Amino acid sequence: MFKAKITVTLRTSILDPQGKAVEHGLHSMGYTSVSGVRIGKHIELEVHTESRDEAERVVKEACERLLSNPVMEDFSFTLESVKRSVHAEG
Amino acid sequence: MQKVKFGILVFPGSNCDHDAHYAVSSVLNQEARFVWHKESSLGDVDVVVIPGGFSYGDYLRCGAIARFSPIMQDVVRFARAGGPVIGICNGFQILTEVGLLPGALLRNESLRFVCKDVYVRVEQAGARFTSACAPGEVLRIPIAHGEGRYVADAETLRRLEGEGRVVFRYVTPEGEAVPEANPNGSMNNIAGILNEGGNVLGLMPHPERACDPLLGNSDGQKVFQSLIQSFAVHETVHNLS
Repeated sequence: MFKAKITVTLRTSILDPQGKAVEHGLHSMGYTSVSGVRIGKHIELEVHTESRDEAERVVKEACERLLSNPVMEDFSFTLESVKRSVHAEG
Repeated sequence: MQKVKFGILVFPGSNCDHDAHYAVSSVLNQEARFVWHKESSLGDVDVVVIPGGFSYGDYLRCGAIARFSPIMQDVVRFARAGGPVIGICNGFQILTEVGLLPGALLRNESLRFVCKDVYVRVEQAGARFTSACAPGEVLRIPIAHGEGRYVADAETLRRLEGEGRVVFRYVTPEGEAVPEANPNGSMNNIAGILNEGGNVLGLMPHPERACDPLLGNSDGQKVFQSLIQSFAVHETVHNLS
């Protein structure tokens, strides 16, 4: 089984008003060295398969079809092999 | 003239479905019925309305989950066959997610939910949804959204503008498309667009909330009246031939 950690971010060409607002907040707190704040999403999920290739295919497809919108977002993910699902216990 | 049959989709979280039903049935005296999102067929309808609201709580992205509801397959089929579809607010977001309209709707530039009357200019009076309007006519229609900032890549934007598919633009009451009239930061002040075939309209303003004269504003009627008239024209042509 594999655990996927997925990051979805707004494309750099797209204005991120949330990131801007947070950046202003950080600046007003005194973190003046901070810039380029962008807000994204973090998604975790488990894929029940023994094959890394299969897990990668499923996660990529899920990202392309639902978890991100290719019009405005980019995604990246990592896969970690895990022994057993937390949900399968007990 | 036969009544036009409107099918109004209902998702969990839709909240403008009854407003749309009231506008087309009680105010405009047409037929309207609700179509639950789990149904696989639209049935016998002439027009599909995808109403506003917060389908699936706007989880993940506005409209992202609604587009996978069973009924959407039949909506796509209906639209590809030339059937008229209007997506209002959340309905517009769903239409972009499902790929019937290009671009996407993002968080308002102000980060605020904006609920107020705005002015939109009719950019294409020849469209099926605007034929009852004069070219350049300014309509007052309410908006109510947090995610209405229209974005598209440069090529898509160029095509939309070049092909006359930007049908409504945010303007001042005098009809000027200036940044101050833009309530959400949409590119080119875009408030509503058409698909290539001109049969699918997506718009952030709520024409269904501006139909009953009793409520003090009936500018929104023109969108529905244009559509209803387009059926009358079809019928006349059909009867003559």
